[in-house]
Amino acid sequence: MGKRTIIPFGPQHPVLPEPVHLDLVIEDEKVVEAIPSIGFIHRGLEKLVEKKEYTELVYVIERICGICSFGHGWGYCHTIEGLMNIDVPERANYLRTIWHELSRVHSHMLWLGLLADGFGFEALFMHCWRLRERVLDLFEKTTGGRVIFSVCKVGGVRKDIDKETLDEMVNVLRGMEKELKELTDTFLQDYSVKNRLVGIGYLSEQDAAELCAVGPMARASGLRQDIRLTGNGVYEKLGFEPVVETGGDCYARTVVRIREVYQSIDLIAKAVEQIPDGEIAAVVKGNPPKGEFITRLEQPRGEAFYYSKGADSKFLERIRVRTPTNMNIPAMVKCLQGCDLADVPMVVLTIDPCISCTER
Amino acid sequence: MATFKLGKMVMSSLFKKPATLMYPVIPRQWQERTRGHIENKIEDCIYCGICQRKCPTSAIVVDRAKRSWEIARMKCIQCSCCVEVCPKKCLTNENTYTTPSTEKIVDTYVGPAPEPKPEVKAEPKPEGKAESKEEPKAAGEKAE
Repeated sequence: MGKRTIIPFGPQHPVLPEPVHLDLVIEDEKVVEAIPSIGFIHRGLEKLVEKKEYTELVYVIERICGICSFGHGWGYCHTIEGLMNIDVPERANYLRTIWHELSRVHSHMLWLGLLADGFGFEALFMHCWRLRERVLDLFEKTTGGRVIFSVCKVGGVRKDIDKETLDEMVNVLRGMEKELKELTDTFLQDYSVKNRLVGIGYLSEQDAAELCAVGPMARASGLRQDIRLTGNGVYEKLGFEPVVETGGDCYARTVVRIREVYQSIDLIAKAVEQIPDGEIAAVVKGNPPKGEFITRLEQPRGEAFYYSKGADSKFLERIRVRTPTNMNIPAMVKCLQGCDLADVPMVVLTIDPCISCTER
Repeated sequence: MATFKLGKMVMSSLFKKPATLMYPVIPRQWQERTRGHIENKIEDCIYCGICQRKCPTSAIVVDRAKRSWEIARMKCIQCSCCVEVCPKKCLTNENTYTTPSTEKIVDTYVGPAPEPKPEVKAEPKPEGKAESKEEPKAAGEKAE
């Protein structure tokens, strides 16, 4: 038995876009145990429920995270719509699905870039982010914002997208697919990339289930778990089937996310074909009544949970958001046990940590 | 296993223009819907203060007495909430960003001088009875 040392990892570390701290117990360059601690960027956004009206709170909730901004807005609006028994028009549901899938494309491409940066492939990182820029341009064209969209509201959406723009959106994404193929082939086939990913951070299917892993982390270990299957949005009509891999290592997680990018592009194309005409927002009158409502949503990083408690006034009594990174931390700690110190950044990156989501 | 998978893209990008823009020097193309900054057509503003009450970040201050409408540019999050609630539709979300700055800019819009004076003069339309009643009212308004 070698000498045990504790090495601090983070909160400031080159591979971490956001602050999370890990105490790594090291024995001969192997990680024996990892003790995570978070709490560096708590902003108290949930407390703002006392000061902001339920309609204004959408702007706050959207700002929980810069990457899954649209999903957070949608999740919150869905809880209020449930509390107040509002039927969202079909077109609004389709538009929400389109924007949500577009968010997934840009989130996964951002993550692919970060992963490439993590294993030191700068050219790949730059090209991933260059392509992602086209998705952001689509967002700016359709919603007016590049990162924070402010387009979801209680009862529907604020802005409509006309037929030409929808077709253009699909054309841009289809055009992007060709270049994306080159990038993803590099991730999947390049010798040096595979050296860094294959067999690293293994998580078995049973562990994934026991540790309640969510999103791509669970799907890469063979769990067929996706909240899009439960009937949120219009995924049933689009014939959605989750991407599942069985490898359980960092490579499998990369494959899941890469396949999800292509799948999201296909889902958007299908939604554009099917989208009906009609209203984009229902009329909302009055205040949320007393009661509680819970909803779940598949964010790019996994299952997110939203809870609202009405108080029969324009201010809600309580809101709660539980984000996917929160659920994936135990699985990450499990993956870290037994891996080399040099592979720790890879394992931490492959859960796609979003700490500002987690701490709010 | 393959190596140099990215070679083609890297080589071709050697002969392309940079993907980035030297932003403030070279102006970027704005989309029609871009939420850049809030403008107020102050001539139409009635200083009702709904935008001030609805603003999620309290960036707007309306003063009816001074006929001024202030917006703290660094507080504003361009959510367009004020534009939606404005009853006179004098607020618009322009698609250009405000110029980059190191200070917390507050833009003040001051409306034209009030016009109610000619209205007061024009008011005594119902003649006869109204004349005697209105005179003290008008005097009271002036005193206020």
